[in-house]
Amino acid sequence: MKHARVAWRGGVHDAVEHDGRLLLADGRVVDQDAVVWLPPPAPVARPRSILALGLNYADHAKELAFKAPEEPLVFVKSEGTLMGHRGFTLRPPDATHMHYECELTVVIGREARRVRRDDAYDFVAGYTVANDYAIRDYLENWYRPNLRVKNRDTCTPIGPWLVDAADIADPMQLALQTTVNGQRTQAGNTRDMIFDIPFLIEYFSSFMTLQPGDLILTGTPDGVVDCKAGDVVVTEIEGLGALVNTIAQGAPCASTT
Amino acid sequence: MNSTPTFWPQGTVFGTLLNSRTELQALGERVTQPPYKAAPRAPVLYIKTANTWSASGTAIPVPSHVPRVEVGASVAMVMGPPRSGHRGAAAATSVAGFVLLNDLGVPHDSFFRPPVRFKCLDGFLGVGPVCVPAAQSGDPAALVVEVRINGNVRQTVCFDDMVRDAATLLQDVHGFMMLRAGDLLMLGCGAGRPLAGVGDRIEISVPGRAAFGTLSNTLVAAPGEVA
Repeated sequence: MKHARVAWRGGVHDAVEHDGRLLLADGRVVDQDAVVWLPPPAPVARPRSILALGLNYADHAKELAFKAPEEPLVFVKSEGTLMGHRGFTLRPPDATHMHYECELTVVIGREARRVRRDDAYDFVAGYTVANDYAIRDYLENWYRPNLRVKNRDTCTPIGPWLVDAADIADPMQLALQTTVNGQRTQAGNTRDMIFDIPFLIEYFSSFMTLQPGDLILTGTPDGVVDCKAGDVVVTEIEGLGALVNTIAQGAPCASTT
Repeated sequence: MNSTPTFWPQGTVFGTLLNSRTELQALGERVTQPPYKAAPRAPVLYIKTANTWSASGTAIPVPSHVPRVEVGASVAMVMGPPRSGHRGAAAATSVAGFVLLNDLGVPHDSFFRPPVRFKCLDGFLGVGPVCVPAAQSGDPAALVVEVRINGNVRQTVCFDDMVRDAATLLQDVHGFMMLRAGDLLMLGCGAGRPLAGVGDRIEISVPGRAAFGTLSNTLVAAPGEVA
């Protein structure tokens, strides 16, 4: 089943996909373009851990002139950077290189501590799509990729759906692609990940306990290009749907020395 | 038994690296050499995920492959609700108070990649016991934090030595992400972080400022590890 969280007529609703429309928890059925889409993972009491992989596809690592890593390159994001399907992401006025990253995202379903890779899928609630935008102008070589590049407000659209794990036969065999204004600019397949989902769940849970609602963004393949204000960026993964985002011009930021 | 409510974070905890001038100076010419190639321009931040949080008075598990743990004594701003009478970023810069932190880490020499497997271990952030309201905490630059291990003073951190003072740090962070009510932003740690190991009791306090209480945690061997 495909789950969504939406705002509609002044309320926030859990919903499921229903014949191309949205069936709200209270039984009403509404059109997909009548609602405001929110990030699909249900709210959690404690801040969720959002773990993101860099350079997890060999072709993308090569594209960015890195050799493939021997251990996962991981960075952490905060809830404040997430936003829903059909949202608007801000491009800072001084940015010269801002690119999308289409990423298969794992939603943890139950507490995971020292999980073996053979059992890893038992801990997955489902999957969604994230677009992990980066603004390369702000890269610095301290805890790189630094939060100013990767944890900006509005810069991590996620959704539209949280798709139940049971509905995805093999998450390591999913085609993914990105289009910018209808032109395909990125194409790949999750089979080309360097560190696959079972490895990642075993790796993280070896030192940190994962909780329901925690997210793992598994990295992006090759094919990232600069996007400008007004561009419509659609990141899509087979079986999970198409996450639509529009880039808007941001206001001048507060100064950062 | 102490029945005082213990402070517990409600939002994201952001750590700050190299906000101590002494700590930055201690790196010497390394900052301009590869892989860094330049001193940091923006604040260098990291996130202490919720699995790391340990209340004051609790034991913190240390895995057997970690012989020594680095003690990062710090103070964090606790963000409050937006201020009335202000608009935009200025409204969001409400600091509700200040709280002690014990930011534990596996010692690591390189700051090139994010420190997730060094900093995000279960329990590796002592927090509390008290959020001292901003109106009572005074200027954070005047705070002096003392670290005791098994009763012996091992480090004194003076927050008048910061690359960015609290207000500047907050302003620069708000240049790219707005903190939310309940988020914590660490002011940074001092130079010469002490090391500790299993069995050690770590106490962090602000001498002369009893309102902050004493953040106390004991390191214990992590139970039931898979070899």
